[in-house]
Amino acid sequence: MKHLIDIMDLSVSEIDEILELAGEIIASPEDFSDVCRKKKLATLFFEPSTRTRLSFESAMLSLGGNVLGFSEAQSSSAAKGESVSDTIRVVSCYCDIIAMRHPKEGAPLVAAMKSSVPIINAGDGGHNHPTQTLTDLLTIKRELGRFSGLTVGLCGDLKFGRTVHSLISALSRYENVKFVLISPEELKLPEFNRKEVLERGGIAYSEVTSLEDAMPELDVLYMTRVQKERFFNEADYLRLRDSYILTPEKMALAKENMRVLHPLPRVNEISVAVDEDPRAAYFRQVLNGKFVRMALIMKLLSLGEKERAQK
Amino acid sequence: MIIGQIENGIVLDHITAGRGMEIYEVLGLGQLDCLVALIKNADSVKMGKKDILKINEVLDLDLDVIGYIDPGITVNIIKNGTLAKRVRLELPERVKGVIRCKNPRCITSVEQELEHVFRLTDRENRVYRCIYCDTKAGKNP
Repeated sequence: MKHLIDIMDLSVSEIDEILELAGEIIASPEDFSDVCRKKKLATLFFEPSTRTRLSFESAMLSLGGNVLGFSEAQSSSAAKGESVSDTIRVVSCYCDIIAMRHPKEGAPLVAAMKSSVPIINAGDGGHNHPTQTLTDLLTIKRELGRFSGLTVGLCGDLKFGRTVHSLISALSRYENVKFVLISPEELKLPEFNRKEVLERGGIAYSEVTSLEDAMPELDVLYMTRVQKERFFNEADYLRLRDSYILTPEKMALAKENMRVLHPLPRVNEISVAVDEDPRAAYFRQVLNGKFVRMALIMKLLSLGEKERAQK
Repeated sequence: MIIGQIENGIVLDHITAGRGMEIYEVLGLGQLDCLVALIKNADSVKMGKKDILKINEVLDLDLDVIGYIDPGITVNIIKNGTLAKRVRLELPERVKGVIRCKNPRCITSVEQELEHVFRLTDRENRVYRCIYCDTKAGKNP
C-alpha cells in the first residue's frame, strides 16, 4: 500500500501523474464528483491547522466522499496518553484513507508503519509537508507549463522553512533547474540540503542576500516569512526585515512572465499592492492545493480510472 | 601472550585499536557463558595496532551494529577448527537500536516503545539520519 509521508516517496513519474490528474479535475470537476462515493477520509489533526484540514475535507467532499476526524489533540484519545501507533490502528478501522497532522516529526511515518489504510502526511512539525509541495509543483506547472530549465528563487527563511526544503528536493529531479537562494546570513539553507541534495545532485545554485539583485533572472520567486524569533537580536531583525519584503518596486525588476508563490499565511513579506499583479500566483496556489489533494486521494485509493477512461 | 585457537566460534579481526571493548559491550558478550577473549593492541601489518575478539561459540551476531561502529572489521566464522566463512563488514544501510535520536521534536522522544532507527545518507562521510525526523546521528538539532 502506498502512503505519502515525504515528497521524495513519490517518483517523478508518480508526481507527473498526480499533476496530470489534477489538471483533468480542474478542466472538468463534475466528471470526478462521485469518484469517492461511500469512501471516508479521516482528518486526524493532533495540532490545529484550519486551512490544511479544510483543504483536505473540501477535496474529499468534492469527490463525493465523506469526512470524519478531529481538529486538535485535546479532542482525541492522544489527550489520554494513547500512542500514535494505537490511535492509527483504531482509526484505520473506521475509514478508507487518513490525512494526519502532528506536532512531532516522524509521527506520520509511525502511523504508516501501523496503518491498514493509506496515510497522507498533512504536516509533521517543522519536518515535511508533502501536499504543500504538490501544491507548489502544480502551481508552477499550471502557471509556466514546465519545470525543466527554470530559475527558481527562494527567499526569506531558508533555514527553518520546511516548504522550501521539500520544494528544492522535488524540483532537483527535473532537468536544468537552477536555484537562487536569497536569505540573510542567519537563515541560509542548511548544510544538509546544500550538500546532500544540491551538490550531490550536481544542481546549479547560488546564494545571495539581495532580493533586488536576484529579481531579473527569476522565473519563479517562492517567498517565505522572515520571522522575528529566528534572530538573536532585534537590531539584526529590523536591519534585514524590509529587504525581504516584496513590493511593486521590486516586482518592476522581474521578468514579465515571472510568478510569485507563497505557502501562506503571509504576514507582511509581500506587500498587499503586489496582489493585483498578474504574476502574483499565491491565491491561485490555494485553489490548486485542493485539486492536487483530490488527485492524490484518488491515486492512493486507486479510484477514478473508469471515469478517466470514459472521457 | 598466547591465546589458543578456537574450534567452533567467531573471530572479529581488524578491530580499530581501542574499540574492542566498545564492540564487546554493544554485542553483550559479557553475558555469554562461553569463552570470550579480547586482545588489545595486537600487532598488525596493515593497521599497526588492532584489537581482536575471539568468541568460542557460533552466535547470531548483529553485523549491522558492528559495521556501524567499526566498518573495517573482518568477521571469521570458524567451524571444526577451520575458517568456514569470512565477511568483510561495510557500513550498513540501516542501524536499529544503537543510535538514539537526540531531537526533542522527534516522535521517538515521546513514544517510548519506538525503536530508534537510522539510515545511511552519505556513505563517504559516514552520515546517518533518523528515519523519522532526518536528524543527523550524534548531533543535537
